[in-house]
Amino acid sequence: MEFSGELNFVLRWLHVISGVMWIGLLWYFNFVQIPTMPKIPDELKPAVGKHIAPEALFWFRWGAMATLITGLLLALGQGYLHDAMTFGSGYAGIGFGMYFGIIMWANVWFIIWPKQKIALGIIDADASLKPAAARTAMLFSRTNTMLSIPMLYCMVSQQNPQAWFM
Amino acid sequence: MKNPLESLPMTVVLGLVITVVVILVVSNGA
Repeated sequence: MEFSGELNFVLRWLHVISGVMWIGLLWYFNFVQIPTMPKIPDELKPAVGKHIAPEALFWFRWGAMATLITGLLLALGQGYLHDAMTFGSGYAGIGFGMYFGIIMWANVWFIIWPKQKIALGIIDADASLKPAAARTAMLFSRTNTMLSIPMLYCMVSQQNPQAWFM
Repeated sequence: MKNPLESLPMTVVLGLVITVVVILVVSNGA
């Protein structure tokens, strides 16, 4: 099944927009918020934990969802979803990128967001659980930051075969 | 031992290392 060129273009545009929302906020958390928190005076920390972080996490996780859905539709619409998922000839690069992205999406929805709900007090949980939840969320957020580097390389390379130095 | 992902620079270095590995795998295998 392949979509029209116009529909594929709109899907790619939406994929990039939602991807910027997702990875932009991922990098905000890792390059700005996490390193800065220890330097913020205690009386100001709730401004981040109670107001900024929950709002950022909303756009972060739904950005991840939109990126995944538009990405899968784009691969389907261009006719290479199966080839990419099975690392078919000429599609191994985008296949790696898609698997990195899927792992990152799963980390967001099944680990980072549930742990952040505990750490930020969005759901009721014993206070003793918060430090461990915050640490797990941070390490999986770092995992996603690490994976975002090869993931973006693979995504961009799909339209630039020279990326593979052959 | 400290988890390397606790360090932001190490996180970026590991990401670059994975990128190189992927480039080598794809260039030679696909």
